[in-house]
Amino acid sequence: MEDMYREVILDHYKNPRYRGELDPADISYQDDNPLCGDTIRIDLRVDDDNRVIECAFSGQGCAISQASASMLMEDIQGKTLDEIKEYARDDILEMLGIELGPVRLKCAMLSLKVLKVGAYGVQEWIED
Amino acid sequence: MTKGLDANSIREDFPALKRDVREGVPLVYLDTTATSQKPLEVINSLTNYYSNYNANVHRGIHTLAEEATAAYEGARINISEFINAASVNEVIYARNTTEAINLVANTWGRENLREGDRIVLTEMEHHSNLVPWQMLASRISLQIDIIPVTDNGLLDLEVYDELLDRNPKVVCITHMSNVLGTLNPIKSMAAKAHDHGALILVDGAQSAPHMPVDVQDMDIDFFAFSAHKMCGPTGVGVLWGKYELLDAMPPFLGGGDMIKRVYLRTFDTNELPYKFEAGTPAIGEAIGMGAAVAYLNRIGMENIWHHEQDIVSYAMDRLQEVPGITVYGPEAEQRGGVTAFTLDGVHPHDISQVLDVDGIAVRAGHHCAMPLHERYNLVATARASFYLYNTYDDVDRLIEGLYKVKALFA
Repeated sequence: MEDMYREVILDHYKNPRYRGELDPADISYQDDNPLCGDTIRIDLRVDDDNRVIECAFSGQGCAISQASASMLMEDIQGKTLDEIKEYARDDILEMLGIELGPVRLKCAMLSLKVLKVGAYGVQEWIED
Repeated sequence: MTKGLDANSIREDFPALKRDVREGVPLVYLDTTATSQKPLEVINSLTNYYSNYNANVHRGIHTLAEEATAAYEGARINISEFINAASVNEVIYARNTTEAINLVANTWGRENLREGDRIVLTEMEHHSNLVPWQMLASRISLQIDIIPVTDNGLLDLEVYDELLDRNPKVVCITHMSNVLGTLNPIKSMAAKAHDHGALILVDGAQSAPHMPVDVQDMDIDFFAFSAHKMCGPTGVGVLWGKYELLDAMPPFLGGGDMIKRVYLRTFDTNELPYKFEAGTPAIGEAIGMGAAVAYLNRIGMENIWHHEQDIVSYAMDRLQEVPGITVYGPEAEQRGGVTAFTLDGVHPHDISQVLDVDGIAVRAGHHCAMPLHERYNLVATARASFYLYNTYDDVDRLIEGLYKVKALFA
């Protein structure tokens, strides 16, 4: 359980990467997890090939939700929207490097949900 | 030891309090407001029912059925004395506080409220005393008025007076806030409601476990509470109501036990309290609730209240020592054993998770009171709550744990 707050997660929480908002943005989406009160907004700018050239996240919440958003922003640099579509739960867990129970899993997955719904307007990834 | 009681000897009665959360990490249970731990004699009362006299209640003629009925009805007598009901027949078994409130909304409410009628709720209600009324209001177009909460966590009674001038039909208030711990002045609020011709329903989920309750002295109309927050089992609670009101209300759920006689196309309802108890009830759980009441009575509700007052005063003093901690709600004298707090820069979920490493169980979230959190511009709080089995040592361990949280997130 101590692992949940491993150095890298706390580092992303305290020093978030790509924190902020893009205005204008090509894609902007926000969602929350009312149970915890975590909110995440993600803004993306993409080039003509739908490749991410700029991204930013904002919002508030627990260390897990905010750190996973920060890590995700780092990871999608230069990725295409098609590549983003391939992201799944395990990618986030691998980035975080921890195991999570069902409650905290929701915190960890919020940024991925926002990213994918924002990019595609679909939630089919939730089913996997 | 506090003025009220010796919690260390009481802890011996609770098997769960003796466990380690992990090897070498004893449990510090500070989540009673969600549900209390259970003393062995309550657990034994369930085992005894299922092992020795398991039978359905009321219609059986055989020995086991008679024993089960006697225990089930005996528990009702215990409970009725516990809240000083005028009659045991005013004590209706429900599944929990939530179901008890839904019962009133769906029977008394549907029978007596009409389009445009006003009802008064408060900003500090648990969702269970908001949503049943919101559902009714949307079905029959009622006007909902809200008593706001002041900055120091009390109901704004001046607004209450104004709202009463609009002639509401019913006022629904929590006796004690499950977040702020605020103890509301029910007796004077009830008198005012009655002066304006309104009934008053009181959510007693957080008061009945922690302080002496006298429904006649408060002169209220309905009182709802749950067994599982007062050392009893889950799955059973009580709706108490004034006899004349309950008697005039239509039944809630239809089925066995709530009928006197059934014809093919119609039925006659049973007498109180059975009119509201359709189907096989939670027999073992009701017996367990009776055992919980007997246990609490033996320790004494006054003693429990004084003990919790001491513990919560100590907890508030110590919490306020920790830099960055904000405790919400009134002074210790105006609250029960509940402290909701935030720590700057740390989400309550993270507080709870880190405290759990040291075996400290606190709740984090909105505690089924989202509107109250919105009123304070909070998404969530951490909440430590106390009961007869908590000690100053538990508070000290909480504070130590919070310093660890601070260090981790510094």
